[in-house]
Amino acid sequence: MSQPKQTALINIAFGVVVAGIIGVLGVAIFSLPREAVGLSAAVEADLDRAGAKNPVTAVLLNFRGYDTMLEIVVLLLALIGARVLTTADASSDVKQSQPVNPALLGFIRIVAPVMIIVAGYLLWVGGHAPGGAFQAAAVLAAMGVLLKLGGVHWTRNLSKRGERLLLVGGLTVFLAVATGVMTSQRGFLEYPPPAAKTLILLIESAATISIAAILLSLFSSGTLRDVDSQVFDDEVAQ
Amino acid sequence: MTIATLYAICGVVLFGIGFYGVVICRHLLRKLISLNLMGSGTFLVLVALAHRTPGGQPDPVPHAMVLTGLVVSVSATALGLALLRRFHGETQQTELPPLTAERKDPPQAAERKEMDVA
Repeated sequence: MSQPKQTALINIAFGVVVAGIIGVLGVAIFSLPREAVGLSAAVEADLDRAGAKNPVTAVLLNFRGYDTMLEIVVLLLALIGARVLTTADASSDVKQSQPVNPALLGFIRIVAPVMIIVAGYLLWVGGHAPGGAFQAAAVLAAMGVLLKLGGVHWTRNLSKRGERLLLVGGLTVFLAVATGVMTSQRGFLEYPPPAAKTLILLIESAATISIAAILLSLFSSGTLRDVDSQVFDDEVAQ
Repeated sequence: MTIATLYAICGVVLFGIGFYGVVICRHLLRKLISLNLMGSGTFLVLVALAHRTPGGQPDPVPHAMVLTGLVVSVSATALGLALLRRFHGETQQTELPPLTAERKDPPQAAERKEMDVA
């Protein structure tokens, strides 16, 4: 049997297998009960003490705060991985010193401030309606990507320490609050209900900036600073 | 069939397409995109099934899980892309070598052992 024919046969056979898997999962979904309360009743019962009127934010930052904290750790780990892996080529193909399109620059001048306001709004509105730290961070990171593509080197004067502070600040604040509440005879991440809103807002604000910084550095090969500022060279020298 | 089931079925189909792509596609970038498709399918199933509550308000716990999952999948994709770029930079390949080629490569294995001893 010729090679392509064999490959085609394998593809078709595997397609049948996948169709079977889809079928089984589909039957499983159809056989689920029409209505399921899930955990909404449990969330509803404690929502008054959670410090956020939006149930999703309450779950993310309060009831399952541990998940959210470790999620930021996952982001940081991915960033470290990307940074180590891409130091060799230092994104030489991304960085280019060609002149920037003036129309793009004008567009960025209009859009970037609006994006910052939208991010702030999303962060604030997360307390009582859909929104929150991750959505705000996504908008901020998108603005960073836009600035980078437009050739605006706003991180030119960022020191190595400043960059690291931006990246780990969110996690630090989160950890500090999580352990700080333990001083008043409470468990890890167990906020006192009267102060919950303030604490959640504090964590979310710090997390927004850090997550945005992490996402932006993931985009630009693991570093916030300009690659031509020789960040890698002096790191090797140490 | 409710709207929630329809969306959940869409999610399952997306998951299937992604799974097919991960296994069958040779190009690593396609594998990565397929992996993302699998993740999106899972998220769609979770979000859809959270809408089966009797009131209008969906179950917030799966939604929060999806929000967490989205961020993790973004970071995993970025790490995958970094790995892919490094792999491409080292080998000039966009596909993993077939298993048979790996087996008849004894010198490299011997070298590795020597390094371990050292």
